[in-house]
Amino acid sequence: MTTALSIARDVNAGERSASSVLAASLAIVAARNEELNVFLHVDYEGATAMAAAVDERVAQGLNAGPLAGVPIAIKDNMCQTGIPTTCSSRILDGWRPPYNATVIDRLIAAGAVPVGKTNLDEFAMGSSTETSAFGPTRNPLDPTRVPGGSSGGSAAAVAAGMTPLSLGSDTGGSIRQPAALCGVVGMKPTYGLVSRYGLIAFASSLDQIGPFAATVTDSALLLEVIAGHDPRDTTSLPEPSPVLVAHVNDGVAGKRIGLVRELVEGADEDVVNAVNSAAEALRAAGATIVELSIPELRLGLSAYYLIAPAEASSNLARYDGVRFGLRVNGDDVTAMMEATRTAGFGAEVKRRIMLGTYALSAGYFDAYYGQALKVRTLMIDAFRRAYDHVDLLLGATTPSVAFAFGAKSHDPMAMYLSDVFTIPTNLAGEAAISVPFATGEAGLPIGVQILGPGRSEAQLFAAARVLEIADGRP
Amino acid sequence: MTLANGWEMVIGLEVHTELLTKSKLFCACENHFGSEPNTNTCPVCLGLPGSLPVLNEVAVDMAMRIGIALHCTIAPSTFHRKNYFYPDQSKDYQISQYDLPINSGGYLDLPDGTRISIERAHMEEDTGKSTHVGGSGRLAGASSSLVDYNRCGVPLVEIVSGPDIRSALQARAYAAELRGILIATGASDGRLEEGSMRFDANVSVRKANEAFGTRCEIKNLNSLRSLQRAIDYEALRQIEVLEAGGSIRQETRHWDENLGETSTLRVKEDADDYRYFREPDLVDLAPSDAWQVAVREALPPMPAARRTGLLAHIPEPTGPERDAVDVVVDLDLDDYALGAIAGGIAPALAIARASNEVAAGIENRANLSVDAFTATLTMEQSGALSATQAKTVLGDILESGGSPEEKAAQRGYEQLSLDSLATTVATFIEQNPDEWNRYREGDEKLAQFFIGLVMKATKGQANGKAVIAELQRRR
Repeated sequence: MTTALSIARDVNAGERSASSVLAASLAIVAARNEELNVFLHVDYEGATAMAAAVDERVAQGLNAGPLAGVPIAIKDNMCQTGIPTTCSSRILDGWRPPYNATVIDRLIAAGAVPVGKTNLDEFAMGSSTETSAFGPTRNPLDPTRVPGGSSGGSAAAVAAGMTPLSLGSDTGGSIRQPAALCGVVGMKPTYGLVSRYGLIAFASSLDQIGPFAATVTDSALLLEVIAGHDPRDTTSLPEPSPVLVAHVNDGVAGKRIGLVRELVEGADEDVVNAVNSAAEALRAAGATIVELSIPELRLGLSAYYLIAPAEASSNLARYDGVRFGLRVNGDDVTAMMEATRTAGFGAEVKRRIMLGTYALSAGYFDAYYGQALKVRTLMIDAFRRAYDHVDLLLGATTPSVAFAFGAKSHDPMAMYLSDVFTIPTNLAGEAAISVPFATGEAGLPIGVQILGPGRSEAQLFAAARVLEIADGRP
Repeated sequence: MTLANGWEMVIGLEVHTELLTKSKLFCACENHFGSEPNTNTCPVCLGLPGSLPVLNEVAVDMAMRIGIALHCTIAPSTFHRKNYFYPDQSKDYQISQYDLPINSGGYLDLPDGTRISIERAHMEEDTGKSTHVGGSGRLAGASSSLVDYNRCGVPLVEIVSGPDIRSALQARAYAAELRGILIATGASDGRLEEGSMRFDANVSVRKANEAFGTRCEIKNLNSLRSLQRAIDYEALRQIEVLEAGGSIRQETRHWDENLGETSTLRVKEDADDYRYFREPDLVDLAPSDAWQVAVREALPPMPAARRTGLLAHIPEPTGPERDAVDVVVDLDLDDYALGAIAGGIAPALAIARASNEVAAGIENRANLSVDAFTATLTMEQSGALSATQAKTVLGDILESGGSPEEKAAQRGYEQLSLDSLATTVATFIEQNPDEWNRYREGDEKLAQFFIGLVMKATKGQANGKAVIAELQRRR
């Protein structure tokens, strides 16, 4: 498939039209979406108009932007004016946002063409898209298996060649895990690098929007476009977007990279082997590999499953049937709210709302939520100590390759464990990337994860690029 | 104040005041009372999915003004979410300050010198307004409810006093003084009738010097009169219960203005668990020292200092003069009084005219400049206008603007020349020889007799002092 970088270059040069690029993209959507259930909504009309507008700019001799004519898929938890936005939940039935998320504004300003909204686990709570109210997405590499989640639709859109780019959101691994399972590049940026304005919140202190792409360079290109301070998000970092694409080929010579025991333990053998090969590849490129242990990372999962549900229990309170989305009538307002929420939310969302409500309740707060916050601080300190000795960390993204439908959906704990390697980065507010490296069981892709301190995105892309080349994708 | 049988009230007040910002606390929507329902709204204050709050710095500035005026310490603070479901709260949580408020540990001195401690003055957002159709007008039993989100997200500061207040009257004095302070800071308009200031009263009773009793909280009192009445009622209710051998249950109570009674709203066991936690969509608030200093330096004098300043012009103020000073400060008429005093008007006269005539036409104060006020009083003081005329002229200027000379002319208050006054006085002396002789022999009361005749003849345009001067000259 053509990369976003080459599409934008060709469109700006007048060698291809944005409209023809879009048509090619939509042809693949038409051919495979029924089978894969990637898109919940395709905005044919809007995308066609935006592609035409790009072509018009080019015809006028203007630069149409760094993503000129590049079709992009948007996870359906980001608001786009007038486009149905569901979070894969019945509770948002019929709702069309009256405003654009900041990332959407930035994409359009950069010439990108949002083609539609992709499937996810309901409110991004899940690791397989199986909790979507609109049915799961199928893994394009093996439709009997999950694409991962929660951003499974966005990962699958790129893996199936429907769009060269897509946006996901990562609260505990929701970009990196499906990227690994679908064999694409997925980056979770530093907390605050990308504005959350217009991202429908799951767990506000952990949520971060990030790119999916088939190549490391495209991933960097997309992040450059969407990153940078946004006055509408108080928690966004103060600085403008970093320079990333120009550093993609910086390599890892002289870098110290820590191979972290806790980020491979418990993983399947094929995954462990892939991580070890990746370490070798990085060493061969001039990095020093240091084996180390960060025991605090083992606490991440339990802390996460208190903090994220606690925030979610509050964030999801507004779905009460009063102002938007689903309303199921009742005898009075309270009965209406209860009936609406009972009918509108799926089992996993209800489970997490209950967990979070409990963790914040008087008498339990200190033992649960309060304790989890302390663990979070421990995690941040542990990472900081590690980064005193090394530049980056290396491990697996997921314990296994893509698993079959139903394999974990009846056992929440088993499902939660698929995020065990990705969660610590969210708790610490730092950055990490998953890059395909080698293959495992049934020839399915394996994702290797590289982690870095806050604002280390350029280094992460450079290291991921080394692995990309070593894996035979120059 | 001790009540019958040695009972004493213990009262703490929680006062909510809306801030006079142009926009809301977390979005750019207009903060305006009285707009068409649901017109001052946006994705943020409607709590639409994906929207995020951004803190209004002017609101922080105003909150600091209040804190400084109440002698509080300003400290780095945080925002929390207070979680509860209610239709007029768009996010189903309220963003409020919790364990780390911006202002804490201050005090307020009542006009009589009593010091009431201020525990905290923190920032939070207001809710929308529900109207329940059918039933009793309350949520329960309503057939439908309408919600106006214009007020949702309007900035509030909640000022929490210590349990230092000992009578309903003192609670009223505290509320009134606090209102004056809030208005003086420019952070609030203090309009009780528009709900921009609302009171919750925590009331308990005890025998003097014993430990505090169990308290009840009376919610949403919206006038000084209701505040005073509700506290008096509630304290007596509690005393009756206790004297009958009962005990007080900690609860929230509702004040019915028409019945003049409080009634149970909810008991403590039913209280919501608000599940407070740090608002992850906002960063910590730590106003710089420079910002705090700038706020402190820009703060105008507070009512207590202004009263002291005005009273200093009157050597031994009488009760009515003290009351007049209170009115001048309460209604923010200091500029008139001080301007006139600076222009050479006797302080008591300046304060009296400001507290009566200007106060009576206060809604039109924009028509009356301090200079016009001073000029009117100068004419009165020189005898060019009588007291009655001066009052009328002030009323006329307040009504429609203009200068005192112009208004006096319109009223036909042409100055009686001293010559014509002398002629008039002489005529009446001639016509009333007996009275004139008694006056000459020292019966001062008869001065009033002649003044009355002159006034009648001149239709009130003569100046009483000038008549006396003429009578004395001829004596």
